Formats: sequence, structure tokens, C-alpha cells
Amino acid sequence: MSAGLLPESEAELAEMVRAAGAAGKGLAIRGGGTRGIGRAIEGTPLSLGGLAGITLYEPGALTLVARAGTPVEEIEAVLAAEGQRLPFEPWDGRAMAGANGVPTVGGLAATNASGPRRIEVGAARDSMIGVRFVDGTGAVVRNGGRVMKNVTGLDLVKLLAGSHGTLGILTEVAFKVLPASMETASLVFDGHDLETAGHAMRAALATPYGVSGAAHGGGRTWLRIEGFPASVAHRTKALGSALARFGSGRVEPGPGDWAAIRDVTAFAGRQGALWRISVRPSDGPGVAARLAPAEVMLDWAGGLVWALAPETMDVRAALGVPGHATLMRASEAAKTAWGVFHPEPGPVAALSAGLRARFDPQGILNPGLMAAPAKVAA
Amino acid sequence: MQMPEPNAAILARKAEIVRGLQRLLPTDAVIHAPEEVRAYECDALTAYRCPPLAVVLPTSTAQVSAILAYCHGEGVKVVPRGAGTSLAGGSLPTADAVLLGVARMNRVLETDYENRLIRVETGRTNLSVTAAVEEDGFFYAPDPSSQLACAIAGNIAMNSGGAHCLKYGVTTNNLLGVTMVLMDGTVIELGGGHLDSGGLDLLGVVCGSEGQLGVVTEATLRIIAKPEGARPVLLGFSSNEVAGACVSDIIRAGVLPVAIEFMDRPCIEACEAFAKAGYPDVEALLIIEVEGSEAEIEDGLARIVAIAERHSPDVIRESRSAEESALIWKGRKSAFGAMGQIADYICLDGTIPVSELPLVLRRIGELTASYGLRVANVFHAGDGNMHPLILYNANAPGDLDKAEALGADILKLCVEVGGCLTGEHGVGVEKRDLMEVQYGPADLEAQLRVKDVFDPGWLLNPAKVFPLAVSAPRRAA
Repeated sequence: MSAGLLPESEAELAEMVRAAGAAGKGLAIRGGGTRGIGRAIEGTPLSLGGLAGITLYEPGALTLVARAGTPVEEIEAVLAAEGQRLPFEPWDGRAMAGANGVPTVGGLAATNASGPRRIEVGAARDSMIGVRFVDGTGAVVRNGGRVMKNVTGLDLVKLLAGSHGTLGILTEVAFKVLPASMETASLVFDGHDLETAGHAMRAALATPYGVSGAAHGGGRTWLRIEGFPASVAHRTKALGSALARFGSGRVEPGPGDWAAIRDVTAFAGRQGALWRISVRPSDGPGVAARLAPAEVMLDWAGGLVWALAPETMDVRAALGVPGHATLMRASEAAKTAWGVFHPEPGPVAALSAGLRARFDPQGILNPGLMAAPAKVAA
Repeated sequence: MQMPEPNAAILARKAEIVRGLQRLLPTDAVIHAPEEVRAYECDALTAYRCPPLAVVLPTSTAQVSAILAYCHGEGVKVVPRGAGTSLAGGSLPTADAVLLGVARMNRVLETDYENRLIRVETGRTNLSVTAAVEEDGFFYAPDPSSQLACAIAGNIAMNSGGAHCLKYGVTTNNLLGVTMVLMDGTVIELGGGHLDSGGLDLLGVVCGSEGQLGVVTEATLRIIAKPEGARPVLLGFSSNEVAGACVSDIIRAGVLPVAIEFMDRPCIEACEAFAKAGYPDVEALLIIEVEGSEAEIEDGLARIVAIAERHSPDVIRESRSAEESALIWKGRKSAFGAMGQIADYICLDGTIPVSELPLVLRRIGELTASYGLRVANVFHAGDGNMHPLILYNANAPGDLDKAEALGADILKLCVEVGGCLTGEHGVGVEKRDLMEVQYGPADLEAQLRVKDVFDPGWLLNPAKVFPLAVSAPRRAA
């Protein structure tokens, strides 16, 4: 394998992509290398580290634009200085993946990395308002822009979010940001089983109190309220009253356990296959029960199930409800056997394949990363 | 507005095509008499009209699939239509196209409060989605001004917004899943009751695709618990610049109101004459609404008023009751009707960075004067989504052309300062030929490729969104 590529400009990147296409050589695209999602890729490593820096930040317009290689931490620090934040609470994959790198904007966008607050403010893709990327032909493409309402033409921003580099190499991403909350409190319950915790979390989200996190794991249930101090006090109390039938929770002021919940640190460094499963929230507890003996954690009020399962377990077959399961961390053999990404129904898979063929006709962008499982492919 | 020459061979086969459609649908679901198809000759962009070849009004996804498969086989173009309220001509027919209206598909299929979602057929109107859940304390957040009439199908096609999307987002942020029929009749499901996509986010590119990719027949929508209460404050300023600066300061201070609406003097005067809302005699007016418990509303409004006071407003009128709130909103909500009383108008919806508001308003004033026309501004200021209303006289020869030329200049200005051509209405035919102002050839090519994949024959709504010269090779293929 040749030495890695480190483009210093978008134009240089486009040139590298064209050269790779001409040579028929795959590119293994890297942000910070902190998430480790997908099968191992045959290709020349290409790092976006040389394309870094915030290119525009207007706090009064709630807009930030950054190059793909910009560390997420840098953005979070710049936003925090103005009392703002990335709303979707991007998770940090380092603990889970056992990686040391620095999470980047490009990686965050390409994996649509959203945390517990996704249930209130949407995913990374919902905060993304513009992208620049280099497609598999080496063309530089812009879509969206820097304004938060934009329906001019087809929305390729959403399409690129979560495309794991297989449609184009992101070079710049524009975000809609939001004010950070001045105060945080959690209402915490102990001792509920999965079913009861599920009911409590869903009941919490059906209140008007703006619950921005609803998670359950290890017998503990967390509900989060954020905002201005007086408002947090009022809503935490009101939420406690609304959920009185689930017992009296205790109020924990401050950021609490949410970073650990977001990053699934409970499953860091553990043996087994780690799955991230998205289902209707009311299906979450049932899915979790069917996956026994897997260990589970629920986020998104039950709509997100993290499951640490034996590598031999056919998790998707056990779901029994609509949704999707992504194999986040496992041996290469397990990734190959099960496929990292959830198989799509025929006509949808055909559309996805068609898009890949158009955006990356030579098949050089993270080749095979989102490929179907070996069993299906065979 | 140029439209492609209708396909003469298709026009000649009208009787045969109508018979083919009649074999698939009940008698009353196929409209073909010239005097009857005329009812579908335009949408809310009434300056452009063209009766379609025929109109079909299916009542099920299976019927939509049969219609599209038939048209696909016969090489007949299809123009989808929700409620026909597009201001951009998104459902403007062509003479050789079958117009497919989903208005008869308006059932609620499922309400699921535990999972905060509702599944509806897409002919259902926006407001009636909320009506289906509001007794139980929920609402559907995107609220375009036309919400009484507009259909979810069109909302999805245009990724519609509204006054309250500063807090709650636009359609794409509240759309969980769709049932969609591709041009060849294939029915697919994208998303559903769960969040996010397990593969490529096809739902994300379908929303806002203006009927280019498929016909969405069912939608799963996010519903939210209604806030405990909401109240607006009305602020009057002596200049647009000061009002614009106040908006930016409010956002920067960490207060996120659910709505920040802006009206300039021409708009204030017209609304006042029409609605008698008691609006003050000022140059610029902001309506800012906050939500929550009574104490939270008090707190939020106090923060906003404190910021506003630094900008020396002429008027601060905080609503103290539901009646006062309704009166403050009454003028704003009747803005388009009020303008319609005064003159014909073109409603633009370019979006700009909020920081450019004062500059853009000043430049619009200068441009307007140079054309000898009048413009009233009313818009969602928090997100920079402008709605300049260009007033003209449809009966005066040349006036429409002049108004359109001014509109194009204003939209170019929006792009020039870092904004875009359309924030929530869509491109349709109206802004089709301006797309190259915002996007270069490679940018457009990437979008065209997506259509190639979903609709290889370019039969769905083909003369929209992309400049005709850009899409010509594909439409001819």
C-alpha cells in the first residue's frame, strides 16, 4: 500500500480523486479515524486533516461553516465561547471504538453522528444546511448553503449526511447551531425494568416540558431537562408530577451522566458485537428482551437500542419489528458475515446502488464500506 | 415563461390514453373533458396556465402505482399535484401530461401518541393533521401560511416551512417516513416510525424534490406535545436597519423564540387597512412569540424586551391575553390577503444571512424605485427567509414582465450576499431559470443524476426545477 494522501486544498483533493479513478485504485477516506464504522477498506488512505479550519461563524445568524478536517472539539469550543452549541450532541466514538484520534467535522457529518438530544432537535443531518464535496469523478459539488431555510434544488446535504464517504468526500460542512442551555437537570429513577422504563420515557416525551434526553441502562432511567434556570426548575418539577405513577425520581442538577450515555462508555472495551438499533420507541423494550443474553442500553426513549451481543447472534433476525440495525464494533469476520449496514429491500437497494454508480462510477470511494452482507451478496 | 413544446404524438393519442386510464380507475376519477381539465390549469402561480391532457384522482397507493406504471409504459409525462397551492408553479401542467392529484387520499391511517407520530395519506391538508391530534394535546409543527388549504404531499414536495420553524424546523425535520410510488409503478417505503436511515438517507433527498423523484402517497409525521402557552410581543422601530439589528441581537442572546416575523411600512399599512389589528405607525415591526409555562413566557418576553430597549423601539406591546395575541397575529396572517386587495403581486422567498438584512432591505428599496414599482416586505426574520411582495397591475401591458425582472434582480441579490433563491416555496417553474445564479454546472449535474436514478425516463414533472437548456438532453433522451 502506498503512503497516505493528505490534500492541502479542495483542488488538490479533486486531482487525487481523478488520479485514483484513472488508476482504478480505491481510496480509504479518513476523518479522525475515531468511529471505525464499516468493513475494512482496500485502498490508499486519504486523510482530510489538511483541510481544516472554521471558515465562517456568525453567532447572530446561528450559522457555522467549517472544513471537513476541523476537529469537532475546536468547533465546540468556539461555539461555547458564544453560548452556542451543535444541537444534535454528536457522540464521541473513541471509547466505543477504542481509538485515539481526533473526531472531525467530516467524520461527524459522514456518519450522521447524533446523541441523546436527537429526539428533541433532530439528527446531525437536520442541523446540516450546506456541504461541499468531491465526487468520485473528481468534480467539486456544492449543495445547500449557509442559510437555515433553503429549498433550492434537490437536497444533497441530507443524502451526503450518513453516506460514509461513499457518494463523495466532504470538504466543507455548514451547520445551523443553537443557543446552549444555561442549565441542565436530570430526573433519575432507579429499579425500573425495561418495560416500565420504556413507558416512563415515552410518557415524558408526550409532555410539553421539552425533555431533551430519555435513556435507560443498568436499571437506571434518566430524563433530561435543559434551558434557562427558572424554566428548568419549573419543568423538572412538572415532569416529576406528570410521572408520579412511576415513583418519585430524584433530581440531579448539572450535566450528570449524559456524556457517558451518549458515548456508550458502559460497552467500551468489552468483548462481543456492538449493535446500534433504531426502532419505534415503544418497540425498544421488546427488542431488548428478545436479544437476551445481549446486554442492552436504551436511548431516544427506547427508539435507540445499543446491544452488546455474542458475535454469533443474528441480531437482525431477532428484531421482529421495522427498523434497522448497524454493527458498530465487531471482528472483521462478524462484520463480513452480518454486514455492517442493514440490508435494504430490493427496490430501495437498487436506488442506493444507482446513486453510488452515478456519484462514484469507478467505485473508488470507500469501496465496499456500505456493502451488503456476504451471505446476501453471495 | 418558456415551457417545452408538447409532444404532438401524445396529444394525438389523448382518447386512447384516457381509455387506458379509465380501465384502471373508477369513472369519476378520470377527468378529460376540456372544460373540466381547465380547473387544473394552474396552481397558486396563476400567471401561468395550461390545461393538462387529463386529470386522475386516485384514492389509493395501488391506484397511483397502476397509473404511473401505465404512463411509464406509454411514455406519458405525469405532473403530481397536492392541493394546488404552490406559489412556484410546482404543479403547473403541460398539455401532454397527465395531472395526478392526491386530494382524494386524505385519511388518517394511524395516530400513535406514545411514539409521537401520525401516519396520513398525503392529500390531507396541513391544518387537518394538527386537527386530528390537537384534542389530545399534540400538533404538527410546520405551518405554512396556506396551511388551511395546502396538502402534506405538497409540503413534502417543497419541504415547506412556516412562521414557527425557527424552533421546530421545516418539513424535512418533521418527516419520519413515506410510502412513495416510483415512475415505473414500484412502491417503496422509506423510514417509518423509527429514526434515521440504516443506509443512504433517501428520505432526505425525496423531501423537497418537487415531484421529480416519485409520488408520495403516505407520510409518517412527527407530532409534538403542545406547549403550555404562547404569547407574542409586538415591537415597532423607526427603521428597517434597527429592527434587523434587534433580531440578530435577540438570537445571539440565547433566546430562541418560536417565531420572529418582520413587516415593513408598506406591509404594515396594507395589513392595518385590511385587518384593523391596531398596528402602530412605524417603519418596521417585529412580532416575536415565545412559548412555555406562564412564568417561562414572562421570563422570555422580559429578556426580549430588555434587548429591544437597547434599540430604542417606538412601540413595545406585550400581549396580555389570548385576545391581544390573536389581534397581533391577525394583521400578519392576513398580509397576503391584504396585498391581494391592493394589487396583483409576486411573492418571492429568497433567504439571506440574518446579518445582511439591513443591506438587503435597502437594496430592495433602491431596485424597486429603479423599476418604478412598489414592494412590501413581510418575512420570517429569525431564519432570514424573506417574502418581498412585488406589486403590479396584471391588466397593464408589460407590468408583469417588469415585476418578474425586479423579482429576478432581488433573488440574485439574495444569492450575492450568501443566501438562496427559495427558502420554502420551491423552485418550480418560477425560479427554474435562475438556478444557474446559485449553482454551477457540476452542482446541477449532481442533482440531475439523482433524478436519473429515480426517474430514468424523465417523465415526472420534467420541465421544472432545472433550467430547460440544462435538462434538455435528458428530457429528449
